[in-house]
Amino acid sequence: MTTEAMSHGGAPASLSPFSRLMSGTAGPVIVVVAVIFAIWYLGAVLLNGQLQRDAYERAGREDVPLTEFIADTLAQERPLLPAPHQVAVEIWKTTAEKSVTSKRSLVYHSGITLSSTLLGFLIGTALGIGLAVLIVHSRVLDKSLMPWIISSQTIPILAIAPMIIVVLNAIGITGTLPKAMISTYLSFFPVAVGMVKGLRSPEFIQLDLMKTYSASQGQTLMKLRLPSAAPFLFASMKVAVAASLVGAIVGELPTGAVAGLGARLLAGSYYGQTIQIWSALIVAAVIAASLVTIVGVFERIVLKRMGMAQ
Amino acid sequence: MSGASLTFTGQGAVGVGRYLAWTIVALALFSLPQTAFTNGPSVIGSADLMLAPILLGGAAIMLALGVGPRRLVDLALLAVSVVAAIQLLRAVGANYDKAEGGFWTLVAALWLASWLFVERLSGWDAKSPTAKRAIGLLIPALFGVWVLVLWQLFVVGFGVSPVLLPPPSAIGARFASSLPTLWADFRQTFLKAVLIGYAIGCGSAFIVAILVDKVDFLRRGLLPIGNLVSALPIVGVAPIMVMWFGFDWPSKAAVVIIMTFFPMLVNTVTGLASADRMQRDLMTTYAADYWQTLLKLRLPMALPFIFNALKINSTLALIGAIVAEFFGTPIVGMGFRISTEVGRMNVDMVWAEIAVAALAGSVFYGLVTLLERVFTFWHPSVRG
Repeated sequence: MTTEAMSHGGAPASLSPFSRLMSGTAGPVIVVVAVIFAIWYLGAVLLNGQLQRDAYERAGREDVPLTEFIADTLAQERPLLPAPHQVAVEIWKTTAEKSVTSKRSLVYHSGITLSSTLLGFLIGTALGIGLAVLIVHSRVLDKSLMPWIISSQTIPILAIAPMIIVVLNAIGITGTLPKAMISTYLSFFPVAVGMVKGLRSPEFIQLDLMKTYSASQGQTLMKLRLPSAAPFLFASMKVAVAASLVGAIVGELPTGAVAGLGARLLAGSYYGQTIQIWSALIVAAVIAASLVTIVGVFERIVLKRMGMAQ
Repeated sequence: MSGASLTFTGQGAVGVGRYLAWTIVALALFSLPQTAFTNGPSVIGSADLMLAPILLGGAAIMLALGVGPRRLVDLALLAVSVVAAIQLLRAVGANYDKAEGGFWTLVAALWLASWLFVERLSGWDAKSPTAKRAIGLLIPALFGVWVLVLWQLFVVGFGVSPVLLPPPSAIGARFASSLPTLWADFRQTFLKAVLIGYAIGCGSAFIVAILVDKVDFLRRGLLPIGNLVSALPIVGVAPIMVMWFGFDWPSKAAVVIIMTFFPMLVNTVTGLASADRMQRDLMTTYAADYWQTLLKLRLPMALPFIFNALKINSTLALIGAIVAEFFGTPIVGMGFRISTEVGRMNVDMVWAEIAVAALAGSVFYGLVTLLERVFTFWHPSVRG
């Protein structure tokens, strides 16, 4: 082992596999996740303990052994905080063991949320790119519209969500589109701002070269500005797709718990079905993480083919 | 300076501006013989409207030909547009849902005139930075006013049902008449849930970030998870928090705490790592200990990142509190009011509440930005 290898921070081969794992990122992440689960279990026992003691009291049971007490707190039907394995079992039951078309299947509800998420994301991205192109080419729009696009995000737009849904329902537009509109609103912003930055990222010397080729504005856009905006586009699409999912979930709240992950959350909160809330929440988290990952994979492929990968 | 600005430049509108100006003239002429409102006289025959096309057309001709001192003509265009807008607003107010071709042609002319003014205004070469900033604020402000005017004209002119989209005037009236309700909602949602949750969330994340930064193992383990959590739909915890902490504001504050925690954590940890090796070495040669390095080098370097998180969180906090109220509240609060008034089809009240939310959100964001300018005055993005 040379000192050079040591100084580059690479894990020396002489170390045990364990300490090699711990010196990277994977090891610490695993430890932190394990700690989170431990806290979760501990919290479940502490939070549900009172309910369990009340239950014992009603049943007239005294001095229950600790192991049984803990097992019981982790197996309640409507716990204050369900234990991770209860949530896992619920997710398994509502995804793998139910048919996909069943109203009790989480896959069915996820599908509904996902469809409005993706529709909203696509419209939002297209809108964001379109606005960015207009803003870059028009001084008036740049000066008048851009400040409003930025301040539009200080407005808690999710507050409008129920109104958009109810109003569109009133004039007969129902289903995916109203929810997708909320996703659109949330996702257009990061794309528009990122693309304005991206479309302006070519340097003067490059723009000058396009001018010496006597390229038109359209040609400059297609051959210089859009390609150099690609990294910005993907970075903002990652933010946009996550925001889009939030929009779709919140959009499902006011429709009166019909279908979708948001509706599952609302129904769960109405009937005190905590396990149902947690499983919907975990599934939403998994969907968000996968969507961001998918955009990331696209990013890597596209940037690699464009020769821009870092 | 002021003398120079008033001299005759002889410059008319060029490029896009000239096309806009001639289009306005054409539209103004075109509107004259048309009927403005159903069963009413033509535009030229109506005392309420005839001034608008004449003034707009006149100002546009002057601009297109480049007659008169440039800035004076530009300002005249603005004055003329304001007069025309007032005429149109008054006329349409008396003729609900009766607008016809002549009226819409005038609206188009007015819209183009406002566009032309912004086009001209952005061409003003202001010398002093104050004037530049004033123009930079004036243009978006004008844009906002025009959006409101056009909104009013369209909604009243087409007779859009107030359930679908109320005109701004109705929203303004509702806002003024229900100030006590709005204030109570604002106090419940913003002053209690948002501010307390924001302070606790950002404060605790800041302390955790400093601890995490000290322990490298934690930094490597928590940062990827923090990044992941920042992308998750955290508003979903709202029903759980309502179940745990009850219907009143503590449950909303809890949602706000969870929503603001991770952006703040991730940004602060990243910011604390942003001081480069050279600067840290310098601190070491000064024999500075951990706390001195933290206070004098690394925290100041982290400030831009921290303020970034504070700005993101100012929006998130309001969203979190309002959405959490959809899951159950006492009978006061912005989210509560929005969901109940939607159910009663009082859409103007909903819009008034949204106006309050927008105002609160913008002012909150503005204050954080102001603090950022005060504390990071040395940073290139502020100096530049």
